[in-house]
Amino acid sequence: MYRFNYEAPTSIDGTLTALRQNSEAKIIAGGMTLLPTMKLRLASPDYLVDINNIQSLAGITKNNGSIVIGAMTRHADVASSALVRDCIPCLANLAEAIGDRQVRNRGTIGGSVANNDPSADYPAGLVGLGATLVTDRREIEADDFFTGMFETLLKKDEIITAVRFPIPKRAAYMKFPNPASRYAIVGVLVAETSNGVRVAVTGAASCVFRAQAMEVALENEFTPNSIALLTLNSTKFNEDIHATAEYRGHLVNVMARRAVSALT
Amino acid sequence: MKVSFSVNDKTVESDVEPRTLLVDFLRNNLGMTGTHVGCDTSQCGACVVHMDGRSIKSCTLLALQAEGREIKTIEGLAFGDKLHPMQAAFREEHGLQCGFCTPGMIMSAIDLLQSNGDPTEAEIRDGLEGNICRCTGYHNIVKSIQTAAKAQ
Repeated sequence: MYRFNYEAPTSIDGTLTALRQNSEAKIIAGGMTLLPTMKLRLASPDYLVDINNIQSLAGITKNNGSIVIGAMTRHADVASSALVRDCIPCLANLAEAIGDRQVRNRGTIGGSVANNDPSADYPAGLVGLGATLVTDRREIEADDFFTGMFETLLKKDEIITAVRFPIPKRAAYMKFPNPASRYAIVGVLVAETSNGVRVAVTGAASCVFRAQAMEVALENEFTPNSIALLTLNSTKFNEDIHATAEYRGHLVNVMARRAVSALT
Repeated sequence: MKVSFSVNDKTVESDVEPRTLLVDFLRNNLGMTGTHVGCDTSQCGACVVHMDGRSIKSCTLLALQAEGREIKTIEGLAFGDKLHPMQAAFREEHGLQCGFCTPGMIMSAIDLLQSNGDPTEAEIRDGLEGNICRCTGYHNIVKSIQTAAKAQ
């Protein structure tokens, strides 16, 4: 790792001040991506602002038919939350299948979505469930938030404070994990919400996206068969040592059907 | 920068570079080499310690991030000459071959039993997802954890 300076403020205001005073500063949340990236010298921020000491950023509450999860809530706490298990079990299952136990004990929902790794699980969780991101200054719909590979609408000095999930009628998340890292080679979240069916796909392309054709078909008939013949155009899908673009396209359909099967 | 935290119930204070990893601090500054560095990329789990009772990978935490926290390492498990039940179970069931992964396996296994006191074999194997045994000696590691669970 290259040298850097470090600060661990205890308030959101203190964090914003630190970010504004240091143009190359970066926030460290759980650090499960940032620290390995820095060790490989793929990232070299000269200032780290550690938000692990801001108590108000962690916790899970239920509010007006929504589950609100603080940005610094660890994956392990989402996975074991009775409230999440009760209201949105698929979100607890999604959190439980991230990485390994030690990663889940440190990694946070805010860090995961701010990083927007194309193979991360939470982006599918947020987009599939129609969540809203709350930052220090505004609210952003998940549909708008994720803009591209490792890109989001977040400003350089903006900090996510919470994610608000409307409770769906029913929802399931299925992923085909990379057996080593447990990142999603493809992950699909299917949700029936008060505003219709939503299908979000992670791992397949450069950024999470909604499979609209599947949503229309499932709206019409909520069965695995209704989407069995729907093939997505996979020409722009990710291709790496783990899977070809064509295989990822195939997996999207298989994971979507498994999710629908789990709900019917 | 100054840092102060508890390691196996003793307070340690030091001056560290911000980029110092917790595992390097334990091994180099404190001379506690029971915690191993395997892959150094948070995959293998040889460096697992507990922070405030939860298992974490100490190669992916800055020493500064342990400020004010309680760290428990493999050296802090035994009560004098009496092994911790998990250590005793690993000895009893021959849960190690070369021993390199063992400290991490034991720290992860203790955390696993904290949240699930009676895990199935599948749950144990799933719970050890973050620990790799280079000897592939998983069979007896799983058996050791089952023995420790029964002894609770």
